[in-house]
Amino acid sequence: MTETLIRRVIALSEQEPDAACLHLRYVDRPERSLTRAEFVAYIRGAARQLHEMGARPGDLVIIVQRDLLTLVTTFFGTSLLGAIPSILPFATEKLDPTRYRTAMAMLLNLARPALLATDTEVVEDVRTLLPEVEEHLPVVAVIEPQPSGRLEVEDHLQAGVKIEDVALLQHSSGTTGLQKGVALSHRAIFAQLDSYGHSIGFSPNDVVVSWLPLYHDMGLIAGFLMPLLGGANLVLMSPFDWVRAPHLLMQAISEHQGTLCWLPNFAYNFCSQKIRDRDLEKVDLSSMRAFVNCSEPAYAASHRLFADRFAPYGLDLGKLTVCYAMAETVFAVSQTSLGMPVQADIVDRSSLRINNLAVPTTDSADAVERILSTGQPIEGMQAQILDTDRNTLPERHVGEIAVKSSYMLNGYFHRPEATEAAFYQGWYLTGDLGYIANGEVFVLGRKKDLLIVGGRNVYPQDIETLAGGVQGVHPGRVAVFGIANAQAGTEEAALVAEVDTEDDEVHNQIRAALRKVIANGSDIAVRHIWLMPPGWLVKTSSGKVARSANREKILEMHPELFPS
Amino acid sequence: MNSDTSKEQLRAYLTTEVLHDPSYPLGDGDALISSGLIDSFSLVDVALWVEDTFGVHIDNSELNSEQFDTLDQLFAYITQHQ
Repeated sequence: MTETLIRRVIALSEQEPDAACLHLRYVDRPERSLTRAEFVAYIRGAARQLHEMGARPGDLVIIVQRDLLTLVTTFFGTSLLGAIPSILPFATEKLDPTRYRTAMAMLLNLARPALLATDTEVVEDVRTLLPEVEEHLPVVAVIEPQPSGRLEVEDHLQAGVKIEDVALLQHSSGTTGLQKGVALSHRAIFAQLDSYGHSIGFSPNDVVVSWLPLYHDMGLIAGFLMPLLGGANLVLMSPFDWVRAPHLLMQAISEHQGTLCWLPNFAYNFCSQKIRDRDLEKVDLSSMRAFVNCSEPAYAASHRLFADRFAPYGLDLGKLTVCYAMAETVFAVSQTSLGMPVQADIVDRSSLRINNLAVPTTDSADAVERILSTGQPIEGMQAQILDTDRNTLPERHVGEIAVKSSYMLNGYFHRPEATEAAFYQGWYLTGDLGYIANGEVFVLGRKKDLLIVGGRNVYPQDIETLAGGVQGVHPGRVAVFGIANAQAGTEEAALVAEVDTEDDEVHNQIRAALRKVIANGSDIAVRHIWLMPPGWLVKTSSGKVARSANREKILEMHPELFPS
Repeated sequence: MNSDTSKEQLRAYLTTEVLHDPSYPLGDGDALISSGLIDSFSLVDVALWVEDTFGVHIDNSELNSEQFDTLDQLFAYITQHQ
């Protein structure tokens, strides 16, 4: 019989039915632990409900759920039927309803899911946000957590599933990302987990602790499939609980003797600044083998802050590692070594920005950049750097990172042209800029968002960070992008910020302050500034400002600035 | 404690430290959380400040838009628990 994700879970439960595998942790309820046998019983309960609602092998099932037990069991329940699960975020206050509905309509047209599985907590929102007129409306199934015995049909339904078949769709973050469902096979997922597992010394003795959302690759692969398919334990909480009570993460690690935890860079600052000592009483983090910084650029300062804050609880810098990952390779591309502090590459800033060269320097002046390594490519993975003509660049030259591995996506779901465009001679073009030094991958930022102003590379996040420090501007509610000025022969920087006031005088003060702060803190001046009311900026599903979408929105308002 | 002063202190904290705009005209009944005006990343800050300033502990599980969506609701909670 072909090995599939769900077969691995069932096999583990048959080997050790009474061993605990999943611990669901909440801010307002006691923790709930499930043995492997109980977990499979709830998976079968979800599968039974899905089957009754019409799910069949090969069907796409979109999962929009808030309740953790329902979510994790609906995912594998879909798999048990030979159908394809894809988890999407549920609507929150931060997502604009109109955009959510538009994105959902695009997804339904393109992906044609047979079912939309939801739960009692969010079913009302789901029904409200479904497009009103739509040819391909899926059946809405409200799944409830119910244990069940073996399904009579399960062997029959599983019999046709092959290892190269699509096991799941991963929709990358972003409303426009819904157009690209990354289709991953059972084989690719197992191959990535084997290879990545080897690089971090993963074993069934590991205890993964995670608050990451399951609609994101880091949460789904590292913070969910890796422990559950690898015979390890998973302690899982909702991101909505963690953001209100970040100490839950540390308490969970301490109580379960957690060993691995993946976090985006901002979480290092958030945990360091917002957890009180009294919520850390008796907390012991010494069981941890590694925290893994992944999914946004990692900063040495964040690592230092985190290591200092939690040193009294058994943590040190050697346990803070970095990973470079993407959904198209299932997850990891590279990972730093466990047990030693991550190396920062100290390079000359002007060489990096003007000449696209990472020239090592030892200066401790302002004109240096400290770039954290993301480690060497993991087994089965190759990485190289390409110039704009797609020639391979030598070490320390900045260009687009291209990767090739034995565990790539099957393709973008129903998007063969997008799949073809993403590859060049078998190499996946990541859209990330970076360089390789001593065989290690250094990531600088996204290619498409990069501005080149007067020959200088400008990373928009740097300017956005400066702008976020201006009185009246909210950090995280700023978008910076480039607008080409044909006359000057270069791009000019444009900035949109949400502000809460409509007072002209205050607007003028904010504009003045923005120009001053950006001029002082970077090498460039901002040409255009737009101050908009709250809610104006287009955001991705993970709450980040979507630069290119906001650029398009400005284009609609000011076509004169964008000569065709 | 003078309750008018405390309420203004709370208002000033929210506009200055959370909204980063002291001139923001924050009304007593304005929706803070459900409107997205305060994002979820700031909720912990509000709870920590309330505890430091008024000695009132807000449990993390209570930090939601049903209970604390407006300045009036937040202030009523503080006065009840002091």
